[in-house]
Amino acid sequence: MSKSDKLVKNAAGRIVPTVINGKPAIPYMGVGKYKPDGYRAAPKIASCIDYPADGNKVLPSLKEALLKAGLRDGITISTHHHFRNGDMVATQIFDIAHELGIRDLMWYPSASFPCHEPMTKYLEDGTIHHIEGSMNGALGRFTSEGKMKGLGVLRSHGGRYQAVQDGEVHIDIAVIAAPTADPFGDANGVNGPAACGPLGFALADAQYADKVIIVTDNLIPFPCLPWQINGNYVDYVVVLDKIGIPEKIVSGTTEITKSPDRLLLAEWSAKFCDEAGLIYDGFSFQAGAGGTALSIGIYFSEILRERKWKARFARGGSNKYLVKMLEEGLVEYILDGQTFDLDGVRSMRENPHHTHTSPFTSYNYHGKGNFSSMVDIVILGATEVDVNFNANVVTHSDGYLLHGIGGWQNTLFGKCVILPVPLFRDRMPVIRDEVTTICGPGELIDVIVTERGIAINPLRTDLIEKMKNSSLPIKTIHELKAEAEKICGVPAKPKFTDEVVAVVKWVDGTVLDAIWKVQVTGDQ
Amino acid sequence: MGSIATTGNKGKGVRSDCFVTLELTDQGGIQLQVESKVAVMYGDEIRKEALDILDFFGIKHASLKIEDSGAISLVIAARLEAAIKKLITTDKNRHPDMLNENHYVTAKDRNRFSRLYLPGNSPSLMINAGIHKPDGIILDLEDAVAPEKKDEARFLVRNALCGIDFYGAERMVRINQGERGLEDLEYIIPYNVNLILLPKCETPDQIHAVNDKIQEILNRQSSLVTGHSSLVIWIMPIIESALGVINAYAIASASPNIVALAIGLEDYTADLGTRRTAEGTESFFARSMVVNAARAAGIQPIDSVFSDVGDMEGLRQNVIRSKALGFDGMGCIHPRQIVVIHETFAPTSEEIEKAKKIVFAFHKAHELGLGVVALGTKMIDPPVVKRALNTITLALKMNKLAENWRESYEQI
Repeated sequence: MSKSDKLVKNAAGRIVPTVINGKPAIPYMGVGKYKPDGYRAAPKIASCIDYPADGNKVLPSLKEALLKAGLRDGITISTHHHFRNGDMVATQIFDIAHELGIRDLMWYPSASFPCHEPMTKYLEDGTIHHIEGSMNGALGRFTSEGKMKGLGVLRSHGGRYQAVQDGEVHIDIAVIAAPTADPFGDANGVNGPAACGPLGFALADAQYADKVIIVTDNLIPFPCLPWQINGNYVDYVVVLDKIGIPEKIVSGTTEITKSPDRLLLAEWSAKFCDEAGLIYDGFSFQAGAGGTALSIGIYFSEILRERKWKARFARGGSNKYLVKMLEEGLVEYILDGQTFDLDGVRSMRENPHHTHTSPFTSYNYHGKGNFSSMVDIVILGATEVDVNFNANVVTHSDGYLLHGIGGWQNTLFGKCVILPVPLFRDRMPVIRDEVTTICGPGELIDVIVTERGIAINPLRTDLIEKMKNSSLPIKTIHELKAEAEKICGVPAKPKFTDEVVAVVKWVDGTVLDAIWKVQVTGDQ
Repeated sequence: MGSIATTGNKGKGVRSDCFVTLELTDQGGIQLQVESKVAVMYGDEIRKEALDILDFFGIKHASLKIEDSGAISLVIAARLEAAIKKLITTDKNRHPDMLNENHYVTAKDRNRFSRLYLPGNSPSLMINAGIHKPDGIILDLEDAVAPEKKDEARFLVRNALCGIDFYGAERMVRINQGERGLEDLEYIIPYNVNLILLPKCETPDQIHAVNDKIQEILNRQSSLVTGHSSLVIWIMPIIESALGVINAYAIASASPNIVALAIGLEDYTADLGTRRTAEGTESFFARSMVVNAARAAGIQPIDSVFSDVGDMEGLRQNVIRSKALGFDGMGCIHPRQIVVIHETFAPTSEEIEKAKKIVFAFHKAHELGLGVVALGTKMIDPPVVKRALNTITLALKMNKLAENWRESYEQI
């Protein structure tokens, strides 16, 4: 089976494979152009006969649960990333598989983190065939150098749900780490030593996998409330001493930035929103996790407080700053997909106005709507943006894959998408003629805010009109690019081989771009 | 001189800089090794420029290693030239082209509310300094540079003056004390520096020595390059000792190109044998002396820096006290201090409202040919009018008042 085959040029002008790991794939056709028909995938019908009437599904070990769930060569195992860099469960699964001599597994995480670096040894020895999900840091480097046996597939959070429900990815075994669970398998993320907030990233896994294993270090008698995951989806429950490292789950990487340059980006972004009339009583915004995005929240707060306005809802990534806005009455609701600190977890546990969401409610493109398109202001990051406003979040300008997509693609459907990015990082210009990898089509990206000027997408004539007399430095994207190149010089493009190592899926499951194996040269 | 030289910085946390190791050899041509985090994008360019520089200085045989953390071209060039000049003696200089944007001159009485200190050997802080819109930036060759790095900092500061756009900020350099400071001038005077900060100034002689050296360089320069000799280079002496305080007026009035007199309190309090406190009682006399000396000489009194960069409220209180003492500006050591300093030194809304009334009455009196300005039944003294006019000028400069305010004012 070849990793990829039958390359074509898609609607974004990128060369992409139409066969991925032996299965057919549809090239990207444009925003809103591809509409599948047919029926969603469905899990097997289960029967109560096969499950204990007393509701006790507890097994003594993860190994036994995996074996009972049918662990064997070539299957797909999924995990979620609510524990971020404090996850202690995912690698254990593959330790066990390796010990049993199992081969060619597909790992289907909702995201990967530096703590998952040990997976590289299982990719090398053949325990894992390939990863579909995200390949961050060391895993990305490994992929970029063409060392992964299969083709990597990168999907957004919404795209992951879509892929499962559409039958693109079939999960054989879902292992769901749960901070609190009961013996029946009901589980939540708001209580227990490894509390992480919601468990929404595991929803598709619970609903569609053949076998579902809940792993917890805080087993309580039935009922476990709230039951973010219903035990009715669950086959087995396993209790471990410790499933996550709390200080890495709520990582504290989400502090307000102290960088004066980034604070300037935040200040200008907020000012832009205000001058363009995007902030009003009852508006909504997507609160990102990065330091710059957090700081924008602080500026929003000042504006809301001064005018006695409220945001109707904020879409999180929640953290103490957003919780403070909720508790101060500046925001009425938090719709939360993941929680970045303990204040977020506490608020979700105690405050009915702070609710957990899943990629199904917030992002799934093949549903009867989702709420990402209802959000007024979306603030996102990017590694690169090109002169057509296409943006990249997965590869760097040196060609290496280093990040996942997260919810980034899904949130592009918000009413105004703003990317505050430095014009250059050290010597790396962010605005390019062409992005190394397209993750988001330019038609969905409205404003680029840099420390040397703000560019508005020419498609947004309404915003251009509104900002005509702005005090902010409005420039064209070409002017910004020229300014960066004047300081840094004109960058050379990375050199790739003709081997595809991974693909970027669009939110509808089509193939938006390919990531190519890098040419490793003498000097690094 | 040895045969191996190193310059620059490397290691964790170093950004936008590079570390150069140069060894002159007898044969074998140029052995060049470049390790760069931006190798894919700029590796070829770095190599080409390094070879150009070695060639420019006539070096035919050398082993050169550049460990680059994303330095822009003018930084790499400064590091390499500094390394070369540790090893060979030459009259040649290889500075980047002067940006067109960097040719501006500054007015003697321009606003000097904020001036941002930038350590002279830290390129990462220089590149974006101007975007924060300080009134001035100070490339510091003195206390912010470690003694063993002072030589190489000169090349970086020179290249920064040529090739970094500070977006209209007054381009200042703080030179070292004594003889080293006079040597520093060679690296900055030809490159359109607007103002020289002279540390630990105690006598007018120090000013004269600096001015003599500036003149010497400009004279030499004017025979080579046109357009530089006519530039005025301002001087801001910094008073940092008891003797300096006692001689403050003599220093402030020592030369017509002195535009401001600053005070540096860390050294001053050490000289007194006391410590700096938040209330500043120990420096009250010195600060008042500096304000009085500067005003007497018709120049701007400038206050010391506030060193807790995390405490914006403390800074604000400090600026309020400073303004009340009569200072016109203050040093900054972090870009986020700039906004607070500008906002607080700027006239308050109440001050502006009051000034508007007086200035409006002044113009009215003028139009009616009256010699006396009056508000209602109250006569307004000329110094009050002058202060109000200053306030309005400042408010206009700070965009706190529209240019045409009198038109709308009339309608009220």
